Amino acid sequence: MTGQTGESASGASSSGQSADGTPAAASTGGQWPLWEVFVRSRRGLSHSHAGSLHAPDAEMALRNARDLYTRRAEGVSIWVVPSSAVTASSPDEKDPFFEPAGDKPYRHPTFYEIPEGVKHL
Amino acid sequence: MTATEQSRAAAAPASPGAAAAEKAAPTLEGPALAAARALGDDALVLAQRLGEWAGNAPVLEEDVALTNIALDLLGQARTLLSLTGDEDDLAFLREEHEFHNAQLVEQPNGDFAVTIARQLYFSVYQELLYTALAEHGGDLAPLAAKAVKEVAYHRDHAEQWTLRLGDGTEESHRRMQQALDALWRYTGELFQPLEGLGVDLPALRERWLEQVTAVVEKATLAIPQGADHTPWAAGAGRQGVHTESFGRLLAEMQYLHRAHPGASW
Repeated sequence: MTGQTGESASGASSSGQSADGTPAAASTGGQWPLWEVFVRSRRGLSHSHAGSLHAPDAEMALRNARDLYTRRAEGVSIWVVPSSAVTASSPDEKDPFFEPAGDKPYRHPTFYEIPEGVKHL
Repeated sequence: MTATEQSRAAAAPASPGAAAAEKAAPTLEGPALAAARALGDDALVLAQRLGEWAGNAPVLEEDVALTNIALDLLGQARTLLSLTGDEDDLAFLREEHEFHNAQLVEQPNGDFAVTIARQLYFSVYQELLYTALAEHGGDLAPLAAKAVKEVAYHRDHAEQWTLRLGDGTEESHRRMQQALDALWRYTGELFQPLEGLGVDLPALRERWLEQVTAVVEKATLAIPQGADHTPWAAGAGRQGVHTESFGRLLAEMQYLHRAHPGASW
């Protein structure tokens, strides 16, 4: 864990909460930053969103993710991403975003005869 | 199976209950049995201590992490104690002086820093011990080979927190140092020779000290300078002598089984 100490120092102080639960002087509401967790369940599949958790820094987020989301051998790889780095589409924009796709049936591969013997289509 | 059931089964040999057949004879004997039981007691007692954090840890994520570690240790305890007799009888029906765990693992959780200091001291020791046991072969090798991976994670967890608390705020640094100092006197006992184990425990101490020192110094903390045992208590846990809080730990752990013998769910 070379170079860990500097990062951990900032992680601990920016959390606004010391480890025993007493709020630090510069409290940020007593909450650690939120992280989104992505787990690859096995080789060949892509990472998929498993959930979210709180952690003081990325290293601890990985470890917490291991405990929370892979304890029943669900994964072979974990990503953690700060939730603040996620830009999400707004529910208000749902129509302009998604509705136009509905009347373009030619985008769906439904005009093909599936040859016999081809599985998983 | 409980003592009551046992006597009932003995009184009615014509109808041997399924429970009577369950009770396995110890696989080990003599010093090997005593050594395995001491290690089993270490794991059991520390699991119980860590379990006390359930619902009380500083944050939900840490609640899960600590109880995860507790469950790993409980699994190790079950395997070790089963080699030396009936796991339930051993866990729930022995008195304080019959437990041979090191005094370090029974020390109260204290604040989070005390728990982490105890975890650091013990998990580094346990990783070295299980690695040596796995290499040594023998009855404990299969368990040790499996458990060493679990313990490596426990060590990593303790290291990560030692770094963050030591190199965190002024207050966390102060508490972490205080915790390291307070528990230091119980670390010498871990390296008392344990007959029948087949591993040279005193020889592990040098590597243990190296590893612990590396973490502690990286965390901007200092290795305690005092004695690593108290003259009146050296090896005491291994001889069945325990510190004050141990009786209360056992009372909590054994209460249900003693009040409702054979209860299950």
